[in-house]
Amino acid sequence: MEDKLDIGGRKIDSRLFMGTGKFADYRLIPKVIKASKAQVVTVALRRVDFGTPEENMLTYLPSDIILMPNTSGARNAAEAIRIARIAREAGCGNWVKIEVVSDQKYLMPDNFETVKAIEVLVKEGFVVLPYMSPDLMAAKRMAEAGAAAIMPLGAPIGTNRGLKTRELIQILISEINLPIIVDAGIGRPSEAAEAMELGAAAVLVNTAVATADNPVLMAEAFGLAVEAGRKAFLSGPGSTQHLAEASSPLTGFLRNEESAKP
Amino acid sequence: MTFYDEILRLKNTDYTAVFERVTPAQIANILAKTDMQYQDFLALLSPKASFSLEEMAQAAHKLTLQHFGHTIVLYTPLYLSNYCINHCIYCGFNATNDIQRRKLTLAEVELEAKAIAQTGLQHLLILTGESRQHSPVSYIKECVAVLRKYFSSISIEIYPLSTEEYEELIAAGVDGLTIYQEVYDEKIYGKLHPKGPKRDYRSRLEAPERAGQARIRAINIGALLGLGEWRSEVFLAGMHLAYLQKKFPEIEVSISFPRMRPQFGDYQAEFPVSDRDLVQSILACRLFMPRAGITISTRESAELRDNLIRLGVTKMSGGSSTAIGGHTDAIDSIGQFEISDKRSVDEMRRIIANLGYKPVLKDWHDLNWGGKEDNEKIPVS
Repeated sequence: MEDKLDIGGRKIDSRLFMGTGKFADYRLIPKVIKASKAQVVTVALRRVDFGTPEENMLTYLPSDIILMPNTSGARNAAEAIRIARIAREAGCGNWVKIEVVSDQKYLMPDNFETVKAIEVLVKEGFVVLPYMSPDLMAAKRMAEAGAAAIMPLGAPIGTNRGLKTRELIQILISEINLPIIVDAGIGRPSEAAEAMELGAAAVLVNTAVATADNPVLMAEAFGLAVEAGRKAFLSGPGSTQHLAEASSPLTGFLRNEESAKP
Repeated sequence: MTFYDEILRLKNTDYTAVFERVTPAQIANILAKTDMQYQDFLALLSPKASFSLEEMAQAAHKLTLQHFGHTIVLYTPLYLSNYCINHCIYCGFNATNDIQRRKLTLAEVELEAKAIAQTGLQHLLILTGESRQHSPVSYIKECVAVLRKYFSSISIEIYPLSTEEYEELIAAGVDGLTIYQEVYDEKIYGKLHPKGPKRDYRSRLEAPERAGQARIRAINIGALLGLGEWRSEVFLAGMHLAYLQKKFPEIEVSISFPRMRPQFGDYQAEFPVSDRDLVQSILACRLFMPRAGITISTRESAELRDNLIRLGVTKMSGGSSTAIGGHTDAIDSIGQFEISDKRSVDEMRRIIANLGYKPVLKDWHDLNWGGKEDNEKIPVS
């Protein structure tokens, strides 16, 4: 059975997306990507040093990945738009992960400004994946504006606290007809698997891998967990039972009537 | 409401009494918390908390890794001018000091820029003494116009400006402000700044707020350690930081811990701060403000700086000179203070990498930088 993730017309095998911001050494990044099998990699344009090859993170990325520059540092729609344009002009392709953060204390995304940025960038031909606070109405506006996927946070970024927004993400998965990619907050492979079992289309991690004692091994663990979670989702897990099945059913007396039906 | 009102409110804090009430159990409880209150911060600055320095260090290290990863942003200062009309009695640029005064011409600024850019650094901090005659805002703007060709982020550490002047410099390409209150104790401040515009405690204290109103991207503050009692000074600087973060949530706030260094003149720090005290200050601030930046300059020794990297620091200077023209050696001049860590940018990069961190040379991208100016109107508010 073919099970590919389709974003903006690209067919993607791996449902684990990798962030790059917190690694101790850029030379680790290709190893992490290989171990995790991630195909979509996000890079903050603010960190990309185009002038110096050894400092240019892009030169460390395998050539067959899909590059998703992000607008980290943008405080409003206008800045996000400008960063996206600079990224494309610099040869980073037409995918962009919109991050608009106007709160440096919790780094919570600004859904309102994000919608405005999507409206403009979609018209300019970008494949736009917005990072957002999981709110159904905001996600609908983003979908209407032409977003290619929705990327709700599982917990505040960098906290490794897991799927704290589970209920809200579940609603997005049910109601929004776009891939829902859980971004931020995932601290452990088990939590990535949990998101996938829930029906998320993919998850994005960085802190959990970059701050592990062995990032390459942790990357592999995440890759496996995401695959396992996806397979579990596809296989339709049995519902969990809170009570044992009663041996003397209360409606047992209706059985005769049922079988009496034509 | 400005931070000055907070200063008035906090003025009567009886530090001795608060510190006496702190217990080891309280420190342990605080370290287990995820959301710290200012009372917790104050307790972490107490003499009793210094017995838990290792526990504080472990928590601070973890928190910093979580939020900043294994990264240290590098920058270097560029001194544009040492003309100064202030009489700060602890400073080498004091107007009464008989030192050679000069300011860089724009051609010299370009030479310095080229020399610094050679090292790969993209973040620059430009400094001047306070002289609206010799280094007016218009001069700084001209310098920025030259410098932005070479650097992706330019911060200023100059005399306090009005909101409109900050707006002007931001429009010219400045994205960060560094301004130290020097000493938060208003009485000591008065004593150490006998003459010149810097006598105005309140105007300096409120400068970061004016820059915030002008929508600057980043603000770095601090107290010059050694001028006042460090526990209360660090407490007030930390409170200032928290105040700015709350008032301007979109701004990246950070704090420095500059310690008095030998300089031209004979001022001796009245309240010396030991390495241990410095470490306690840094750790308490990190735990109180998990996402704030922490900057350590070359005022500190190479050995100490290497040890501080894992304790919460996120930004360091390297290849520094505090003299005018100091990056090209073209001009012989006396610096503002003595540099302690004299290592080059290359050495710093190697050492940071060896300690398991990525030295980050670029962490912001001037939105009008690199390629054609994007003057096209963006159709959003």
